[in-house]
Amino acid sequence: MKLSGWIIVTALLLGGCSGDSTESNESESSSEAAATSSGLSEFELEHGVGPVDEVITLESLDPEMVEAGAEVFRTKCSACHKMSERYVGPALGDIFETRSPTFVMNMILNPEGMVKEHPEAKKMLSQFLTPMPNQNLTREQARSIVEYLASENEQ
Amino acid sequence: MNAHILHTLRYLPLAALVLILGACSSQELGSDADAAQQVYVAPGEYDEFYGFMSGGYSGQLSVYGIPSGRHIYTVPVFSQLATNGYGYNEETKAMLETSYGFVPWGDAHHPELSQTDGVPDGRYIFINENNTPRVAKIDLNSFQTTEIIEIPNSGGNHASPFVTQNTEYISAATRFSVPMGDDGERDVAIDSYAENFQGTLSFIKMQDDGSMRLDFQILVPGFDYDLSHAGKGPSHGWSFFTSYNSEQAHTLLEVNASRNDKDYIAAVNWAKAAEYAAQGEGEMVPADYVRNYIDSDHIAKTERYNEVRVLDPTELPGMIYYLPTPKSPHGVDVSPDGELIVAGGKLSTVIPVHSFSKMIEAIENEDYEGEEQGIPVLRYDATLAGEVQNPGLGPLHTEFDGRGNAYTTAFISSEVVKWSLETFEVLDRIDTYYSPGHLMIPGGDSRKPWGKYLVALNKITKDRYLPTGPELFHSAQLIDISGDKMRLLLDFPTEGEPHYAQAIPADLIMDDDMVRFYPLEDNQNPHAITSEDQARVERDGNEVHVYMTTIRTHFAPDNIEGIKMGDTVYFHVTNLEQDWDVPHGFTVRGANTSELLIMPGETRTLVWTPDRVGVAPFYCTDFCSALHQEMQGYIRVSPAGSDVPISFGTGE
Repeated sequence: MKLSGWIIVTALLLGGCSGDSTESNESESSSEAAATSSGLSEFELEHGVGPVDEVITLESLDPEMVEAGAEVFRTKCSACHKMSERYVGPALGDIFETRSPTFVMNMILNPEGMVKEHPEAKKMLSQFLTPMPNQNLTREQARSIVEYLASENEQ
Repeated sequence: MNAHILHTLRYLPLAALVLILGACSSQELGSDADAAQQVYVAPGEYDEFYGFMSGGYSGQLSVYGIPSGRHIYTVPVFSQLATNGYGYNEETKAMLETSYGFVPWGDAHHPELSQTDGVPDGRYIFINENNTPRVAKIDLNSFQTTEIIEIPNSGGNHASPFVTQNTEYISAATRFSVPMGDDGERDVAIDSYAENFQGTLSFIKMQDDGSMRLDFQILVPGFDYDLSHAGKGPSHGWSFFTSYNSEQAHTLLEVNASRNDKDYIAAVNWAKAAEYAAQGEGEMVPADYVRNYIDSDHIAKTERYNEVRVLDPTELPGMIYYLPTPKSPHGVDVSPDGELIVAGGKLSTVIPVHSFSKMIEAIENEDYEGEEQGIPVLRYDATLAGEVQNPGLGPLHTEFDGRGNAYTTAFISSEVVKWSLETFEVLDRIDTYYSPGHLMIPGGDSRKPWGKYLVALNKITKDRYLPTGPELFHSAQLIDISGDKMRLLLDFPTEGEPHYAQAIPADLIMDDDMVRFYPLEDNQNPHAITSEDQARVERDGNEVHVYMTTIRTHFAPDNIEGIKMGDTVYFHVTNLEQDWDVPHGFTVRGANTSELLIMPGETRTLVWTPDRVGVAPFYCTDFCSALHQEMQGYIRVSPAGSDVPISFGTGE
C-alpha cells in the first residue's frame, strides 16, 4: 500500500517538528540548502506554497468525499490529467509516491504561485511546458480531489 | 508650395468662424501639465468612474474610464460583433430578432442607468434603438446585453429609454409619427399626415425578476417626440417629453416644422396612466413585437406578442398636459430636486425653465391657454420659473452638478454654458471643439450628481486628432467642473456617434458579485459537455454535431473525420477553463459568419457548411497561453456519398 509511507512520514513530521526526527539527516540538510536558495521554508519545500499550511493526512478513505472528488476532477482536471499516462500534465495514478497531499492541494489552489516560487513546480513547468491553469476550486474541493486521487492510488 | 497655400486656404473659413464667435482665448484651446495630472491614471490603477457612451450608429455601447478617457470595452447590443460572435453564434442570434425579421444593426442613442430612489444604482444600463424601435437592457454585473424589447406603434424610438425614480418604468416615445391600425388604415397618402398620423409614448414595466414588459402606450398627437426625463422627488410619478413639429409638417421639416413660436413639452402623469392600465382601461390593439432575452441556459430566446394596451388621453383624463415651450425644444431635463424642468429650445434665444409646483397649481386651477387635439395646453407664464438669457446659440441639453448649477450645451456656438438654478444667470462658459450635442456629468440627470467632471459629446472632430481621411471618430472632451471656472482637461476619441453617455462611480459596479467566469457546474446549455471524456461527434442525417472542449492548450477532439459535402456542422464548444480572463476562440477555415469567443465555463455554437472536399484546419483565435499556436485541429471533408465513417480523437 503506497499510502502507508506517507502516513508514517506525516506522523513523524507531526510528532517531531523541532528536528528530533532521526529520519534522513542527509535529505534534511540538502533540503535546508534548497530552502536557503529558494527562500522557501522547509515546510513549503515539502508541501508546496499556497493556502494550505497544515499537513493533510490520509487515513481511511471517505467514500462520499471520493465520489465528490471524482466529479470535480472529471469536470475541472481530466482535460489535462490522466491516471496512468502523461497527458498535458503528469500522470496522477501514483502521485503520492512523490508528493504530499498538502503539496497536491497547494498545486491545485495556487498553480501560478507554485510555478513562480517552488523549485519542483518550476521543474515540472520546464518539463510539461503548459502551465497548470487555476480552476478556482474551493479548498474543500481540492481536499476531495486528494481523497479521490488517494483512492486511485490504492488501485 | 501650391499645396501649402491650398491647405492654408482650406482652414481660412474655420479661422474666420472662430474669430467671429470670439472664441480665440488660447487658454482653453489646450490643456496643461496640471490638467494632465488630473487625468493621469497610473498603470495598474483604476479610473474613478465607469463612463458608458452610446455607440450611435455602431449600435453598441462603449465603456470608458473617466477621467483617463481610456476605452475599456465595447458591449455589443443591437449590432453583430465579430470580435466575440455576438449576433452570429447560435446562442445570441435571437437577440437581434424583431418583428421585421433578423436585424443585425441598430442606431443607439441614449444610455440610461437604472436608479433607486432617483440615484444610479449600478444594476443595469438601458439603451434605445431608433430605427427598428427597441430598448435593450445590459446587466452590469456581467456587462452583457441580456434583454431587448421591441416597441410597436413607433416610427423611430428616439425619446428613450428614460427611467423613473426607482426604475418602475422605462419610457420610450416615438420620434416619427406614423399611421397606425390595420393595413387599410396604414395605407394612406403622406399628405394626409395631419389627419392620419399619430404618436405614442410607451411605458415598459420592470418586473420583479428584472425583466421588461410593455405595459401600455399613450396615444398622442402626430408630432415628433424628441427626448424625455422622468420626474423625481416631488415630481416622481411624472415624465416630461419634448416635441417639435407641432406644425405637423410632412416634408422639408427644417423649414416647415420651425414656423410656430412654441412647441410643447408633454407632462405625463405616468402614475395615473399606470393606474388606468392596471384597471384594464384603454384598448388592446393588435401590434406585432418581440422580446428577446438571455435565458438561464445562456441561450437567447424570442417571445412574440401580438397586442398592446393603448390609452387615449381624450377618453382618460388627467394623464397628459402640454407646456408651451419655444421653439422646437430638444432636451428636457429635471433638476436634482425635481422642481425645475429645463427645456433646450434649440432655435430659441433663451432657455425656458418650467416649475413643477407651478405646473401642478396651473393644472389644479385649469389655467389653460387652450387645447391641442383634446389635450389641455397650460399657459406659458403660469408654469414658467424663469428664462436663462444669452445661453449661447442652439441650446440642446442640460445636466446638473448637485451644487445648484446647471450646464447646457450650445450646439451652434460650440460651448458649454454654466448657469445658476437660483438666479438663472449665466456664470461661466467654455468653448468645446466642436458642436456639442449631449453633455454628461456622472449622475448629472439624477437626484445626486457626482459633480466633478463633465463630458461634452461633440459632433464634429475636424482638427483635434491626427487626421484619418474623411472619416473621423467623434471627440469627447473632459471638463473639470469642481471649481468656479470650468477647465478643459482632455480630448478623447469615441466610437460611432457617442450620442449620449452616463457615468457612475466605479465602486458601485465593481463588487464581489461581478461575474468573472461561469462555473462549469452551472452550465445549462443543452450542448455543453463538462469533461473531455464526453467530447464526441454525432451524425443526425445531414447534420453533424461536434461536442468539443477547450482548455489550455488543446481541443478535444482535435482530429475529426467522416464529414461529407452537403453536411451542416455544428461546433458546440465548451471552455473548461475556470479562471478569469482565459477565453478561448474557435474558428474553422471557410467559416462565413464569425469566430466564437468562449468565456470560461461557457458553451458557444458555430455553424459551418463545408463547401469543398479536403482537410480544413481549425484553431484557437484568442492568444491563450505560450502554446496557443499549438492549439489547432483538423476536420476532414469527404465527397458526398463517401463511406468514411465518423471518427474523432485527441492525442491518439
